[in-house]
Amino acid sequence: MSQPNPTPERLAELRLAGSVDVKPEKALIFEMSRAGREAFSLPPCDVPEDEELAELLPNGRLRRNSASLPEVYEVDVVRHYTELSRRNFGVDNGFYPLGSCTMKYNPKINEDAAKLPGFARIHPYQPEESIQGALELLHTLQDDLAALTGMDFVTLQPAAGAHGEWTGLMMIRAYHESRGEARSKVIVPDSSHGTNPASATTAGLETVTVKSGPDGLVDLDALRAAVGADTAALMLTNPSTLGLFEEQIVEIAEIVHEAGGLLYYDGANSNAIMGIARPGDMGFDVVHLNLHKTMSTPHGGGGPGAGPVGVKAHLVPFLPKPVVAKRTDGSYYFDFDRPQSIGRVKSYYGNFSILVRAYTYIRSYGPEGLRRVSECAVLNANYMMARLAEAFEIPYPGVCKHEFVLSGRGLKAYGVRTLDVAKRLLDFGYHPPTIYFPLNVEECIMIEPTETESKETLDGFIDAMLRIAREARETPELVINAPYTTVLRRLDETLAARKPVLNCSC
Amino acid sequence: MTSPHRYIPMTEQDQAEMLETIGVSSVEELFRDIPASIRYSGTLPMSGALDEWSLMRHLKQLAGRNADADTAVSFLGAGLYDHHIPAVLPHLAGRSEFYTAYTPYQPEISQGELQAIFEFQSYICELTGMAVANASMYDGATALAEAAALASAHTRRKRVVVSRAVHPEAREIVRTTARGLGLDVVEVGLRDGLTDPQALAAAVDESTAAVLVQSPSFLGTVEDLAALGTLAHESGALFVVSANPLSLGLLEAPGALGADIVVGDAQPLGIPSSLGGPTCGYFAVAEPLMRRMPGRIVGQTVDRDGKRGFVLTLQAREQHIRREKATSNICSNQALLALCASIYLSVMGKTGFRKTAELNLRKARHAARTLGGLEGFSLSFADTPFFNEFVVKLPEGTDLRQLELALLEEGFLGGYDLGRSYPELAGHMLVAVTEKRTREEIEAFAAALDRLTRKEALT
Repeated sequence: MSQPNPTPERLAELRLAGSVDVKPEKALIFEMSRAGREAFSLPPCDVPEDEELAELLPNGRLRRNSASLPEVYEVDVVRHYTELSRRNFGVDNGFYPLGSCTMKYNPKINEDAAKLPGFARIHPYQPEESIQGALELLHTLQDDLAALTGMDFVTLQPAAGAHGEWTGLMMIRAYHESRGEARSKVIVPDSSHGTNPASATTAGLETVTVKSGPDGLVDLDALRAAVGADTAALMLTNPSTLGLFEEQIVEIAEIVHEAGGLLYYDGANSNAIMGIARPGDMGFDVVHLNLHKTMSTPHGGGGPGAGPVGVKAHLVPFLPKPVVAKRTDGSYYFDFDRPQSIGRVKSYYGNFSILVRAYTYIRSYGPEGLRRVSECAVLNANYMMARLAEAFEIPYPGVCKHEFVLSGRGLKAYGVRTLDVAKRLLDFGYHPPTIYFPLNVEECIMIEPTETESKETLDGFIDAMLRIAREARETPELVINAPYTTVLRRLDETLAARKPVLNCSC
Repeated sequence: MTSPHRYIPMTEQDQAEMLETIGVSSVEELFRDIPASIRYSGTLPMSGALDEWSLMRHLKQLAGRNADADTAVSFLGAGLYDHHIPAVLPHLAGRSEFYTAYTPYQPEISQGELQAIFEFQSYICELTGMAVANASMYDGATALAEAAALASAHTRRKRVVVSRAVHPEAREIVRTTARGLGLDVVEVGLRDGLTDPQALAAAVDESTAAVLVQSPSFLGTVEDLAALGTLAHESGALFVVSANPLSLGLLEAPGALGADIVVGDAQPLGIPSSLGGPTCGYFAVAEPLMRRMPGRIVGQTVDRDGKRGFVLTLQAREQHIRREKATSNICSNQALLALCASIYLSVMGKTGFRKTAELNLRKARHAARTLGGLEGFSLSFADTPFFNEFVVKLPEGTDLRQLELALLEEGFLGGYDLGRSYPELAGHMLVAVTEKRTREEIEAFAAALDRLTRKEALT
């Protein structure tokens, strides 16, 4: 990397001419193995070794062939994973406006907090007396999240958003069953996250999809037609995946409640409304939050997350057990005595170190700071939408919340698709927005800037988008063949699925 | 306007310019679509803001009220173990290009994560002897529940048979999951600390989708997997094995013993206990079940220049494509912990991994002999093979709760009180011994147990 980086234009020329190989293929760790190398350091065996392994593990229990793990030394390991990290793009590398994923800055103090030995090196089966600090943190976080969402109680057990959805739906099912009602249908709008219908299925419920109206919002007539004596719940993301607030949410809640159903709030988009409006006040009975979105905990390349679930009082008996409770003497404990609980949904007490990070985040802002977070997230999104309207179709004009959608269909005339726009953005150092979701917008581009990005960053991204739109008209092949600056060019996904190679057989 | 915050760059000038571009006069106007009746007007009754230094002091105070495995010598396992974490691991997994990334949707700028997952899948296949593994699950217990769901979908049967030697919390999660999917769960009892083969044979029938066992079991014992697998297969049920991956340094790969699905928790592979989470579930299957797997899968392919690369693949199984017909609702997984497990296995390598497993076995064996020899103590399943954990019966009348607290006073995290989940094993302790425990620590622990269980000590 000693020579200066060529400009994207120069690279494009070189790539089109087939004369540049930016980086060679990266070896697998298995391919780096050389017999006899070691990277480990183990304590000595200071106990008797008088017994044969085959005696201790008889009848075919002892492994015949050692697992063939690589033989490398420590520097190999360090360089391998360092190189892999350089082939990856995170929020710390640059702007990541991935709609509905809330890729905000992940504060470093959160990481430091989670690493404190008193949090990182504690065991869930220690005597409760010896983890009172951890239990206090969990109890406070339960209360803080209940206040934020306007719910009566929060469980911190679910490991992710989808896990929270399933947990919430299991509680809704148990609630209806406790009242002797057989309600099996979950209503979701066509713009909902795929996890909503999938969670309904795993909770033993059927999905009914209702079409959105022309304004992108829930069509009340369609909803009225869909609800009935079999309605278990309506699942709603508000603001929706289109970035629109369901203005008729109070009427929606009435329609569902009058039919005897409950309202489930998918909290994926909570970053728009903290301190401004609360799901509990909108009429929702159950809500999950994605702490790895709204509460800044890192996504880890796909996980771990945490998906706490808040409920109104009538659902409290059904919460998964245990919950963290406080005694009158001020001490904390795990409450297992919950006869109507849906049972356990996750080992131990949830993704604790993620919960530590979320608590740290909340304390970094306080309630007024969190409100400012949402204001800035919404301001940033509206600003981007206003500027991008110059070159892209805005299917739902007006104000948006923390995210908005564009349609790239105007570029199809030049043979350029939304996928091509996304790939071209890579050359300018941006992570592309979410694309082709929600499904009800053609050539959809879904942008969520978050509050932690500056006006200069937003302007830089907008300028790149405007430039790509211009390129699409003037030199479409430049866009269609992008990217040029990445370690690999576009990958053959069809080949991967048709002839699956899912592990290294070395 | 509120005062600036270090994570938010918006200046008053920025805000004014942006509002002008949008064509509104205030931020408030951007929220005009939220009906007044549901606007929140006050200040939320939440914990208040702290400056960075005060916040860290507060967090250290909370953390300081917990006894941790740095200050106490741990003999506590029961699914989460105190293993050595190589020094390089947190440095590498802590690179923020990994931990601040989302799921690798854009493969051209996510080759690092994708390759790391591909290598994780390869490691899991190598350890378990299975054909295919996915990118991870929430934890070992939810992976086991997903295995039951897969088996039911594959066999079109509705009954799941679970050994009581499976982790009690995993069995609870299997039950919760089964309730959602309308499956029946039948538990099979124990003999000599292992799944009772006769009871299993009686429980499995033509309606059984899966037999779920764990080896090493929750009680530390090592099952005769080949025999149990034969019983499952005789009725056409799938054989699902949950395995501590570290034990597979010494124990035969479940895939070589008839397992159709192998799951487990990768916590022993370089993941801190953190009050139980996040850890990392793994999930591996025989080839015919590949397209029924839950979760993300990474596959190898080529780019336009023919260079090797990696992408998320077989996505037609997943919720964002298949919605209500998906094989599972899982979306986020535990990718960062899978990375930790991969780094751990890379460091340990072929030799170190086997040696670690052997150290666990040898030290546990020494501890068992030492504790079993104490007056009034006995090993509960003395003739049953175990890995790094074993059951010891304490002297009559020992109050385990009091004993745990007394041990903590002496600087030990004692074993797990089995009476919490097995009424017939009240008064029994499940003791875990990892490669970190020295002979001195083991013997000091034995001496403390001996002293503290004498009648006069705890009164």
